[in-house]
Order: sequence, then structure tokens, then C-alpha cells
Amino acid sequence: MTPLNQDVSTLIDELCEQIQKHPRFSPQIKMLGIRTGGEWIAQTLHRKLALTEPLGVLDSSFYRDDFSKVGLHPEVQPSVIPWELTDQHLFLVDDVLYTGRTTRAAMNELFDYGRPASITLVTLVDRRGCRELPIQPDITALKLECSQTLKLHGPDPLTLSLIEPAETEL
Amino acid sequence: MSPRLSSPNLQLNEQGKLKHFLSLEGLKPHHLTEILDTAESFINPQTQEIKKVPLLRGKTIMNLFFEPSTRTLTTFEIAEKRLSADVMNLNISTSATKKGESLLDTLWNLQSMQADMFVIRHAESGAAHFFARHVAPHVHVLNAGDGQHAHPTQAMLDMFTIRKLKGDIFDLKVAIVGDILHSRVARSQIQALSMLEAREIRVIGPKTLIPPFPESLGVHVYHDMKSGLDDVDVVIMLRLQSERMKGALLPSEKEYFNLYGLTEQRLAYAKPDALVMHPGPINRGVEIDSAVADGPQSVILQQVTYGIAVRMAVMAIIMSNAAQLAQAEQENPEETR
Repeated sequence: MTPLNQDVSTLIDELCEQIQKHPRFSPQIKMLGIRTGGEWIAQTLHRKLALTEPLGVLDSSFYRDDFSKVGLHPEVQPSVIPWELTDQHLFLVDDVLYTGRTTRAAMNELFDYGRPASITLVTLVDRRGCRELPIQPDITALKLECSQTLKLHGPDPLTLSLIEPAETEL
Repeated sequence: MSPRLSSPNLQLNEQGKLKHFLSLEGLKPHHLTEILDTAESFINPQTQEIKKVPLLRGKTIMNLFFEPSTRTLTTFEIAEKRLSADVMNLNISTSATKKGESLLDTLWNLQSMQADMFVIRHAESGAAHFFARHVAPHVHVLNAGDGQHAHPTQAMLDMFTIRKLKGDIFDLKVAIVGDILHSRVARSQIQALSMLEAREIRVIGPKTLIPPFPESLGVHVYHDMKSGLDDVDVVIMLRLQSERMKGALLPSEKEYFNLYGLTEQRLAYAKPDALVMHPGPINRGVEIDSAVADGPQSVILQQVTYGIAVRMAVMAIIMSNAAQLAQAEQENPEETR
């Protein structure tokens, strides 16, 4: 594992700036982080943006399309959605967008809770060129080529490292 | 990938993980805690607008209940449907076994209909093990109660209820009251409580309803409610299994209630925050007074609700383990053969 020459806090500041400029942003937006990396980033964003609504956490293990191949994640935990999401604008946060399958699973779960007015996808890193579904981030701080596999370490401090050889992660 | 274990336990696969869920015998504490932890995650979907998760979509589960059941069958069916499985309840009263077909022929015919899992309740002890020994390798069996032997999912939902409401099972004193002799639920509860290291397990009942050599089960035996309930954290009442009783084990239900019925006065011997549990169906005025069954310390209906999440967890874990084993066999055919 090689530490990436990227300061995560700088990247998060970049996300904050973009979120604040987004037409759907207000301090009352409802933000959710995808467990685990997305949750860590969302916690920081939530604090820095001084959002008034509590942070939601999604664990989309039950919605993954690879259950029949890999089974359940050993540390599956309940999702926490502390508000009614129907007709609300949601900001969904993840650490790395790669194939798009985790995002799809998260959206499927969200629609089981209700019908959001919109979902804005925020990712710290966009690994480009390996997307398997038509899902793209609305807001991202770092674009990398698909061959570079990343891991976010946290929750404190948050650091990014490159993993060699590349592992398959969704 | 986990190393291959030589697993003499019919319930475990080559990786030492649950393949069937027949009884708690031979399992390790981690198998139980995995079920309890996973069930926590299924509490949430029950509050969603759409209470389903797509985990077992495309899987077929058959509920074979050769004995009457309301709660267990219904909660299994709800759990299966919430996991998005295709569910079939076999109507035993009109089934082929009534026409003379053997249990095994029935099983193989149902298996030919591409069942992935059987949930079985039967009056004969060992029926679920019998099914598990004869199903195809890719088919799973869950025991929903067999004779006087075991009722593992009931025990697990009881453990879940205790853990959810008391924080932990370790360090608790638990009293099981009533017909221990005929109760498959009590057997499974005692095994679960032992594995999860409850501080003390007590059984309370008349000598005629306590099995021989109860100390071998690791329990303390009491024949009166006052000393048995003294300072306990959890009181589990059992139903009188009159349908399984042979001979005069009890003078009368009225006398039984006078001696062992849980009244408010007797509940006062336990800790003030003691939980009152009952696997159901309750016989009001026989083993429990209505004032207690409907009182503030009763968690009987919560047990039923948690039963759905626990049964979802067991089924999800078993299918997950099967998926992981198949993947491992694909990756390392030599190692898993």
C-alpha cells in the first residue's frame, strides 16, 4: 500500500465548495453516507457545512447484486435514516465511485424508504473508465484512472492509499 | 477463503459455517452471535415503507408443517417474503403423506420442484435431521420444532429479545418455569443460554415435569416459585404440553396454576425490572395470569416481532454461506473438493 500524495482534508474542502455552489444546496439538505468510507466523509462534510438535519447512514449490503456470489458482508449493520425522505433532496456521499454497483444498491435501498425528490451523488474519488452502470458523480474532488485502486483509511485521520496490485472493489 | 474443516456436524458446511439450522447442539458461540448480530440489521427494514430486501429473490422456500402452528409458521412466512423468496406452504392435511406416501418420497418430490430450503415442523424428534441427511447438497433445512427435541429459532429469538432489552445475556440470571420435560423450546433455550454464558440458568417446576439428571444440563433446579424466582433478571414461562403428556403427570391445571402460575405476587420475587417471556401460545390462568401476561414487564409480543428478524437472519446467513462456499469451490476446486 502506497500513501497517496493527496491531502484528504483538502479534497473534502473542495467537496464542500462544490456542494455549497450546487443549486439544490441549503443548510436543511438531508445527507447520507454509505458505510464505511462514505460515512466518514459525510460526517466531516456534515460538520463543515453546518447542516441542520441529522446525518443518515446507509448500509446497502442487503441490496448488493453480488450476494449470490459473495454472500453477506460479515459486518452488516442497520441503516440509519433519521428522517422521512419522500419529496426531499438527498445528498448521497461515498468515498470512491468505481463500477457504480454500490451506488445502485444504495439507491435501491433509498427507494424502499420512499420517493426522494432528487439524489445528488457526492464522491471523494471518481475512478474513471471502469464503470459498469450508467452512474456518474454530480460532485467529486479527485479523478483517477481505473487502474489505480484506492483505499480510504479512517475515521481519524482520513488518509488515502494506493493498493497494488489492483483489487476488484465495487 | 477459510480452510476446509472436517465437519462431522450435519449442520455445518466444509468451511465450518451453517448449512442447515437443526438444533444448537454442536454449534459454537460465534454461530449464535452471528445470528443475533445479523438480526439487528433486519429490525430496520420492518420500519420501512416497503419491508422487503431483495436478498433471496429467485429462491424457493417450502414450509412443511406436519404439526399445527400459528406464530412460527406465520413469522417464517413473513420472514421469507421480506427476503423476497418465493414461498410455498404445504397443506399437510391434504398432502401425499396422508395418502400413504413416505416422508422421503414427499421430500424428493418437493425437491424436484426446485426447492432451495425446507422449513420443517414435525411431531417426531429428529425429523429435521432426517430431512437434512437426505436432501440434495444444495438444499437447506431449518428446524421449526421437532417433537421434544429442539426449536432453535425460537431459542434464538428469545436470546435476541433478552439481549435487545437487557444489553447482554452474560451476567443474567434466567429462570425457565413449567413443563421442562416435554419442551423442545426449553432444551434449545438452555443450550443457547449456556453458550452465551448466562450467569445462572434455573428451571422451576414439579418433579414430574423436570427431566431426569437436570444438573447435566448445567441448570439449577427449583420446585417452588419463591426461591426459584428470587432475584432473577428474566422469567421464561412455558406452555403445559398436555398433548405430549402420557399418564397423570399433573393433578389438574388449576392446581398447577396455584403452585406454578406466574402471578403479580410471584413476579415480585424477581428483580423489579425482570422481563416476562413466553414462547406462546399462552394459556391464561394455567401458567400465567392475565395481569402479568398483559403487564408492563411482559415482552411476549416483542418476542413475536423479533422472531421475524431472527428468522430472516438465519435464512440469510445460510444462503450467504452457500454462496461463499460455491465461490470458494470455483476459485480453489482442489482445496474444497
